[in-house]
Amino acid sequence: MGGVQLDQIPLNKIATVRAIDWAAMPESEGHRLRSLGLEEGVGIEALHKGILFWKDPIAVRVGRMTIALRRKVAAAITCEISA
Amino acid sequence: MTEMMPLVALVGNPNAGKSALFNALTGARQKIANYPGVTVERKSGRMALADGRPVELVDLPGTYSLIPDSLDEQVTRNVVLGMQEGQRRPDALVVVVDAANLENHLRFALELIALKLPIVIALNMVDLAERDGLTIDAELLAAELGVPVVPTVAVRKRGLDTLSSALDSALRTRSNATPEELAARVTTDRSVVTPRAHAIARKAVVGETKTRQWTRIFDSVLLHPVAGPVILFGLLFVMFQGVFTWSEAPVSWIEGIFAALSEAVVAIFPDGFVRSFLLDGVIAGVGAVVVFLPLILILFLFILILESTGYMTRAAFVMDRMMAGVGLSGHSFIPLLSSFACAIPGIMATRTIMDQKDRLTTILIAPLMTCSARLPVYTVIIGAFIPARSIGPGIGLQGTVLFALYFAGIIGAMLAALLLRKSVAKGGGSSFLIEMPRYQWPLLRDIVIGLWQRAWLFLRRAGTIIFVSSIVLWALLSFPKVPVGSDMTQSEYSVAGRIADGLEVVVAPIGFNHEIALALIPAMAAREVAVAALATTYAIDGDDDEQVAQSLGDRLAHKWSLATALAFLAWFVFAPQCISTIAVARRETNGWKWPAVMVGYLFALAYIAAGITYWTATAFGL
Repeated sequence: MGGVQLDQIPLNKIATVRAIDWAAMPESEGHRLRSLGLEEGVGIEALHKGILFWKDPIAVRVGRMTIALRRKVAAAITCEISA
Repeated sequence: MTEMMPLVALVGNPNAGKSALFNALTGARQKIANYPGVTVERKSGRMALADGRPVELVDLPGTYSLIPDSLDEQVTRNVVLGMQEGQRRPDALVVVVDAANLENHLRFALELIALKLPIVIALNMVDLAERDGLTIDAELLAAELGVPVVPTVAVRKRGLDTLSSALDSALRTRSNATPEELAARVTTDRSVVTPRAHAIARKAVVGETKTRQWTRIFDSVLLHPVAGPVILFGLLFVMFQGVFTWSEAPVSWIEGIFAALSEAVVAIFPDGFVRSFLLDGVIAGVGAVVVFLPLILILFLFILILESTGYMTRAAFVMDRMMAGVGLSGHSFIPLLSSFACAIPGIMATRTIMDQKDRLTTILIAPLMTCSARLPVYTVIIGAFIPARSIGPGIGLQGTVLFALYFAGIIGAMLAALLLRKSVAKGGGSSFLIEMPRYQWPLLRDIVIGLWQRAWLFLRRAGTIIFVSSIVLWALLSFPKVPVGSDMTQSEYSVAGRIADGLEVVVAPIGFNHEIALALIPAMAAREVAVAALATTYAIDGDDDEQVAQSLGDRLAHKWSLATALAFLAWFVFAPQCISTIAVARRETNGWKWPAVMVGYLFALAYIAAGITYWTATAFGL
C-alpha cells in the first residue's frame, strides 16, 4: 500500500488519510481528533512544521480547516500521497 | 396567564462566528452570569422578532459534538437537552455553521437536527466562503437537511431579518419530548454522521474555484519557524509598552477628576469626620484604583484583538514546543495570556486543556502571570522610583522595568511548572491539538462590547470590594485617635496599626515598613487595594488636606528607600493576593487541597523573592 506517516509527508502535498492507530493515543485525544474531522478517508495536506529548531508541532489542512497537532500523534496517522 | 418569553439558544462549533452573530442580534443588551453550580459563563440577551415580540437569546459555549469533551461542552449538551439546572429548555435552536467549513460543521448540525427540536440553521460567514471561491446552494442544503437554512454575514448584519422570520415560524412549532427522550435521540455513532455530513456538503457546494488564500499567506509568515516567534515576542513587547505609554493622557484626566472632587469636598465640608471620611476614605481609596482603568482597557484591547483576528491559536502553536519544555503545551498559552488581564478568566479557560495534570499545573501557575490588578501597584512604584528616561529609540526605562516584572512572573511560572510537573502534578504526557481558524478583521462592535463589559466589571469591583475595603481600612486607621502630644503617627496608633505590628515582625526582614504591612492585609481582597490602602494610610497621616492633592507616588518617593520599593515590586510578582482567584481555583479543582498548595508555594516564593531583592539592593547601597 505504501503509506507515509503524517509527520513524514512533505509540505504542500495533497494526501488522503488511510489509517489511524487509535490505540497509540489516549482516548480523549482520539475523540478530539475525530471532532476536528481527522478520520480515515479525509483529504489532508501538511502546511507548517515546527518552530525554531524543533520540527514540532505541525499544522495540517483537513478538509477546509487547519488544525495543529504534535508529531507524536501525527506519527499514528498513515496517509497516502495522491499527487 | 401571560406567556413566557420564548427562549432561543445559539449553538455551533467553535469558530463558527457564533459570538459575532449573538452580538449582531442582541446589540449591547447582554447579561453575563454563571450557570448555577458551574463556572461556565452564561451569556444572554434580547432580540425582537419582526412583529416586535421579544425573544431571549442565550449563547452556548462552542461545541464540536453532543458527546461532551469538556465542562463547557457538557453545559451546551445539558441546556439543549433540558437537563441544565436552573435553565429552562430552549424553545428553538439557531445552529450556526461556517459556510466555508460545511463538512466539519454539518456533523454537529446533523446531531442537533436529529433531536427534532424547532431549529433554524444560520449559514454564517457566506462572504468569507465566497472569498475562498465557494458557492453554496442554501436551498439545496435546506432540502437535504429538512430544516430552514438562512445565509448570514453576522459581522455585516446581513441575513438577520430573514433569520428572525425563520425563527418566528420555528417558534410556532414546539417539541414535547422529555429530556430522556431527547437524550435517546443523540447519535453516538459517528461512522454514520460523518459520511452523511461530507456527502451533504459535497452536494451543497455547487461551485469551487481556486482563489488566493489569505490565511495561508499570513500563516507562512506568522507560523514561520524563525519569523513566527520573533513576531510574537515583538507583539507582546509592543503590547506592554503600549499599556504604559498610551494610558498616560487618560490617566491624568481621571486624576484631574478626582483632584477636582477632593477640592469640592474640601470646599463644602468643614474639617472633621465627614471630610476625612470622603477625602481619606472614599476618594483616596477608590480614586487610586480607578485611575488604572485606561491601562486595563488597553491590555484587554490587545487581547481581544489577538483573539478576534484568530492570531491567538497561532501564538499557541508558536509557544507549544517551548511550553512542552516545562511539561505544558500550547493549550496552556491562551489561559496564561488571558491571565495577564485577570487570572479568573484565565483559570476558567483551562477547561479546554484535555490532560488533567496539564490543566492542574496551568491553574497553579496562572496567578504568576501579571494580571491587571498588579498594574496599579507596579505603576505607582515605577512612577515614583524609576526615572522616566529613554534608553533607546521608543524604549523608555519605565516600560522596560515593567516588562522585566512581567518577565519575572513568566520565568517564575516556568520554574514552578517544571517543579510541579515533577512533583504533585506528575505523569501524563501533555498534548496539543487545536483548530486554527481563518484570519479575520476584528469587528469594532465586538471589541467595543468586550471592552465595555471588562470596564464595567472593573468599575463594579472598584465600587464594591475596593469601596468597602477602603472604608473599613479608613475606619480601622482613624480610630482610636492618637492622643495629642504622642510621638506616634495616627496610623501607628490605630487598630489597623496594631494589627500590622504583628505582621511587621514577619515582613521587616525583607525590607517592608509598617505602612506596607498594613497595606498587605486588605490587599488579600484584591491586589490593587494595596495602592488604595497606601493612599488612605498616607492621607490619614497627612497633616492637612492640601496633601491629598499630592500624588501617592510623590509621597512614597519621600518615605521609602529604593530597596524597599524594589522588594515591594518583587513581592507582588509572586504573592497570591486575590481572594477571588483562590475561590475560583477551589471551584475548578473541586476542593481546598490545590488552592492551599497554590497559596502556600506562592507566598513562599514572594517572601524569598522580596528578600533577595531587598538584601541585594541594600548590599549595593540603594
